[in-house]
Amino acid sequence: MLELENITKVYKAGQTEVHALRGISCRIESGEMVSIVGPSGSGKSTLMNIIGCLDKPTSGNYRLDGVEVDKLNDNQLAEIRNRKIGFVFQSFNLLSRTTALANVELPLVYSGVRNRRQRALQGLEAVGLAHRITHNPSELAGGEQQRVAIARALVNNPSLILADEPTGNLDTRTSQEIMLIFKRLNEQGMTIILVTHEPDIAAYTQRTIKLRDGRIEAS
Amino acid sequence: MKLWDCFATALRALLNNKLRSVLTMLGIMIGVAAVIAVLSLGRAQTSVVEQAFATLGSNLIYVMPREAGVGGMVGEATLTVEDAEAIARHAPSVRKVAPTAQTYAQVVAGSERLNSLIAGITPEAESVSNYVVAQGSFITDSSYRARSRVAVLGSEIARTLFGEMDPTGQTIRIGGRQFQVIGVLESRGMGFGVEDLRVYIPLSTFYVTVAGAQVSSRGNSVDMISVQVKSSSELQSAKQEITAILRSTHGIREGESNDFRVISVESVARQVTQVLGILQLILAGIAGISLLVGGIGIMNIMLVSVTERIREIGLRKAVGAKRRDILVQFLIEAATLGVCGGAVGVGLGWVIVKVMSIVATSAGFPFVAVVPGYAIALAAGVSIFIGLVSGLYPAVRAARLDPIESLRHE
Repeated sequence: MLELENITKVYKAGQTEVHALRGISCRIESGEMVSIVGPSGSGKSTLMNIIGCLDKPTSGNYRLDGVEVDKLNDNQLAEIRNRKIGFVFQSFNLLSRTTALANVELPLVYSGVRNRRQRALQGLEAVGLAHRITHNPSELAGGEQQRVAIARALVNNPSLILADEPTGNLDTRTSQEIMLIFKRLNEQGMTIILVTHEPDIAAYTQRTIKLRDGRIEAS
Repeated sequence: MKLWDCFATALRALLNNKLRSVLTMLGIMIGVAAVIAVLSLGRAQTSVVEQAFATLGSNLIYVMPREAGVGGMVGEATLTVEDAEAIARHAPSVRKVAPTAQTYAQVVAGSERLNSLIAGITPEAESVSNYVVAQGSFITDSSYRARSRVAVLGSEIARTLFGEMDPTGQTIRIGGRQFQVIGVLESRGMGFGVEDLRVYIPLSTFYVTVAGAQVSSRGNSVDMISVQVKSSSELQSAKQEITAILRSTHGIREGESNDFRVISVESVARQVTQVLGILQLILAGIAGISLLVGGIGIMNIMLVSVTERIREIGLRKAVGAKRRDILVQFLIEAATLGVCGGAVGVGLGWVIVKVMSIVATSAGFPFVAVVPGYAIALAAGVSIFIGLVSGLYPAVRAARLDPIESLRHE
């Protein structure tokens, strides 16, 4: 469960202050599948970074599974990202010249768990890529790369998956495949937050949070 | 993150860029090889010099006439046989005294004739100067007392005069007078080959046969008095005793300068090895500069590598890498470059030292160079250190990168 309370974020760009978020309050329950939409400049990315614990809000409270994330230091945030959040990016962000298996293992390397290989294998099986484990990203199609990324996001059993335009670099058919994977994961109980500007993609989710000028326009 | 994983990550990154990694190591490699070679060869050189001095005899002091510079008289004859006797009798720290007088004379053996240095010596010279008899015998007390016309040949002149033939028992002519060869000495080795070219006869015989300026109204003069001291701790006191004795026998008043010089072999050897040591340090320092350049090379490549991998760093941070993890990853990469370069450098240095030893030995220069353990330890330590130091700044830069901006980096 994830609670945002009056979150603001102010960037200083030289002399001027940019108010990226102007008081966001919302609540996303465990097991929900939510999309965050809005035009560019609406604060989508900023909100996603804060939810993903990559950035801290200027003011307001953010609780993730009851933990007051806004009070944590950098190292604690790194641990939260490692254990509670699975990232899926538009450009996949896989390590090049590194096998699919090693890519999926990466979060486990930083959490120092045992039987990494086995868990990574399970992750790849879950996205239907068990036959591709020794391939490097350059040898995989876009949809396959994104599936490796989803396996990587899942491997540490996170509380939520945060996907930033996960289909932005994919064709329609592959996009559908990826969204069906998200849908299936959600049905298995995974909390999923999608940031997108495509209505087709948002349509897969149960709820859509619309942002405009750093505020929630509709939810 | 476990240390082993840090190593695995760093190694994989280096292996992904094999050529670049090897080129980066080159600087450290060459530097370490150069330092190892300089240290090893330098040590071998020092030990050769030490050995050479050891063949001269231990606890030795040479007493020689004052340097004939200002007066213009070459070979000032200020020392006499009586001086040597006085030192032997009155200096308590002295064990043995061996005076030597030399002159050039023609030596004839059969059809061979050449001008050679003839040294008049006493039986004590054998132990004082460490002469080793290869064939026959040395000059004995009785032949000394009897002023016998006997000669002992240096190894080189023996070969020149007699070839492979055994010279002992043969007759030679020195300055027109007949002498019987009673012995041949072993070679004095590198550095003191001049002694191998000398003919040794009893000093007593010397004065009545070949002596030139050595015999005068002032008595029988000698060119050098070799003094063996009882122990190395008494070298200093022996020098003082000798100086005092000679000043009094020569009637030198207070304030007047000595008409002789007292030099200990040890002090000369120490000076020579000191100079050699300084030379080696300078050479090693020059070789060390290439280590510095190698370090700069590592830093340069690590900076490039960090810039190239900004997205990777951003991703690692997003999936849970802490600053420390990134820092350690890049530090290990840099240290590995240093260590591998250093290891190859040690091998390369070893090869250089071996090759030079072989070349020197085949050129008739017995030169046993080994790579000393401390050089290897030093090289290993220095290359890890250089790797870490040059990796520190790039690693800190990587660790400080902001994950959001890094992920957005093109």
